[in-house]
Amino acid sequence: MTTLLAIIIGVLYAAGIYLILRRSMVRVIFGLILLGHAANLMIFTVGRLTKGSPAFVPEGAESIITRPFADPLPQALILTAIVIGFGVQAFAIVLFRRTYQTLKTGDLDEMRNTDRLPEKLP
Amino acid sequence: MNRIIILPVLLPFATAVLMLLFPRRIATHRLLSLLSGVLLLAVSSLMLWSVLDGGILSLQAGGWAAPFGITMVADTLSCTMLTMASLIGLTTTIYSIGSINPKEEHNLYHPLIQLLLMGISGAFLTGDVFNLYVWFEVMLISSFVLLVLEGRPEQLEGAIKYVMLNLLSSAIFLAAVGLLYGMAGTLNMADLAVRLPLLHHPELLSVVAMLFLITFGIKAAVFPLFFWLPASYHTPPIAVSAILAGLLTKVGVYAIMRFFTTIFILPETDFIYQILLWVSALTMATGVLGAVAQYDIRKLLSFHIISQIGYMIFAVAIHSPLAIAGGLVFIVHNIIAKTNLFYLSGIMRQLTGSWDLRQMGGLYARYPLLSLLFLLPALALAGIPPLSGFWAKLTVILAGIEAEQWPVVAVALFVSLLTLFSMIKIWNEAFWKDDPREEAHRDSGRHLHELSSREKIAMAAPVVLLGLLTVLSGLWFEPLFVIANRAALELLDPSLYIKAVRGGMP
Amino acid sequence: MHSVILATASRYLLALILMFSVFMLLRGHNEPGGGFVGGLVAAAAYALYFLANGLDAARLIFRFEPLRTSALGLFLALLSTLPSLVTGQPFMTAIWVDTGIAPIGKVGTPLLFDLGIYLLVLGITLTIIFSLAEEDGLS
Repeated sequence: MTTLLAIIIGVLYAAGIYLILRRSMVRVIFGLILLGHAANLMIFTVGRLTKGSPAFVPEGAESIITRPFADPLPQALILTAIVIGFGVQAFAIVLFRRTYQTLKTGDLDEMRNTDRLPEKLP
Repeated sequence: MNRIIILPVLLPFATAVLMLLFPRRIATHRLLSLLSGVLLLAVSSLMLWSVLDGGILSLQAGGWAAPFGITMVADTLSCTMLTMASLIGLTTTIYSIGSINPKEEHNLYHPLIQLLLMGISGAFLTGDVFNLYVWFEVMLISSFVLLVLEGRPEQLEGAIKYVMLNLLSSAIFLAAVGLLYGMAGTLNMADLAVRLPLLHHPELLSVVAMLFLITFGIKAAVFPLFFWLPASYHTPPIAVSAILAGLLTKVGVYAIMRFFTTIFILPETDFIYQILLWVSALTMATGVLGAVAQYDIRKLLSFHIISQIGYMIFAVAIHSPLAIAGGLVFIVHNIIAKTNLFYLSGIMRQLTGSWDLRQMGGLYARYPLLSLLFLLPALALAGIPPLSGFWAKLTVILAGIEAEQWPVVAVALFVSLLTLFSMIKIWNEAFWKDDPREEAHRDSGRHLHELSSREKIAMAAPVVLLGLLTVLSGLWFEPLFVIANRAALELLDPSLYIKAVRGGMP
Repeated sequence: MHSVILATASRYLLALILMFSVFMLLRGHNEPGGGFVGGLVAAAAYALYFLANGLDAARLIFRFEPLRTSALGLFLALLSTLPSLVTGQPFMTAIWVDTGIAPIGKVGTPLLFDLGIYLLVLGITLTIIFSLAEEDGLS
């Protein structure tokens, strides 16, 4: 299972990086979303995969539960990261849309105006 | 006393919530902002005083003991940074009351500034790596929205670059947090400092350290990762530019300082200092060379931010007590002087009607007092004694000489000269030169007497205050240095920090 | 894209899904669910209503300004942290009060916090949906 997840994470990273190197804004935002998913999945995997073991043990039952315990923290981290990612990505999508409407282009290569030196004055 | 730590986060948050509940009352927003700014400054100064007096404060949220819950820690470094942040927060609030056209003052503007301050305070105070990620995001999303609040085309374009690179940096941060947790089983900074040396397989640690260096490098705008900064910082209203320029990159520098003096201090991560050393030299040089070519005053100042970041990174790369103390002094000096220059450029734009240096001119003849106020931060930035920048640069360069890093010291001195050159360029173009506009077209700017007294006071007060601080911290440099020295000793000997967080735990 | 079936059904579905979202909110204390999920479900209910009946109808039936709803949510979440400060416990410690009434049981600050999150998520999601719809001219 860990190997499979590792491969999936690798594929997600590769796809994400490929997409953020594109010139189209839409692909770039997809790439960033994929990178976020890859990172979340990685936290999940490196937090040790355990199957069928509880994270919380009722008081007094410590002795009958066998190790290893599941670790609840990675899931809490991922949940937080997903919520933050949701907000940031929603903002980014709205921003990209607004930019597309204002500048009439989705090609990042055409967005060089803020980097240019101002032209010579008349 | 420990419970006071939560106030710098809670105060801006409560203020922002109150404002959002009454979204259309701009006048109330201003009043609340001012009130919260003053209170925040008072609270953070009190914290600084209390830390200097009684040692590191810490707080466990929800009463969960150290490695399990979220810890907030206030040591000398974080309290100093916090005091600077609240000072800049307050002055920016005052300045924006004068500089932002009331008709354009968006009803989200003041709440967003407060949320930005909350994110910054949280980032300085947290003692948990994942929590640091959360505060970074709070800070970033407020800055995203502040950048595009007016929705002009160049703002959208700048924001695209800013948002994309920062999202990338967040994804890397998250991956690094995951790997670190997988290795150490904890994300509490103090706990990490104890546990990392005990790891059986520390090989992956160099990868994790490198990932952290890259994310914080993007936030701090160091050499190969800075391109978002000059592309976006000159687009928003000048008050927003000023607060972003003064504080945001310094949070990245703070994180680098914290991570590579408290957490990653193992043989496996020693190569980081070598990287930091060369990165710092290149950051100083590219920043200042970029600035020399610019004529838009905001772009010129933006490139200078990058150049100054180089000095701070240089201090971390040497990581001797003198260097870290010098780095912190440099940060304090730079936050004050840099923000002040942005405020001044806003005033210059009001008076001349242009951001372009070639279209300005004759300011010295018309406003000699303004010229003096400009010279204070400009010369401080270039490192002219007896202003604050001289001592800051002197300490960092002395530490460099002590560590025998001759090439980088040489670069630092040369960059200092170029900084002076570009400050003189602003002086020549905007103040010294004759006004290039014909008499008939002089109406593009506004004359001083056309500004209302509210605008005049609100825009001048922050400039005068920060200018005075630049002079005073230069003339009475010793107290500042004593604080910085103490912060450096605390950072380089993390045992106090660990004890404050973990208590008596083994 | 007006569908009579969806428009008719959405009126009843709205109430039903909203009830489900409150159930999710309350269930969240010990089982999967909670303020975030509940808020998303509630937002989905209004989103469905908007798809079936258009933006104006959806705004009308939601009544409040979405951004204010989220501000109220933040305010409630903030309020839930105050009791711990007043009673002198570490910040954000949960405080529970036993009401003694059997079906209600114990009421505490985490519930208030969750309710705040519920309103916050509902407000933010609707802000995003409504503003995107407005730009598309889907009114």
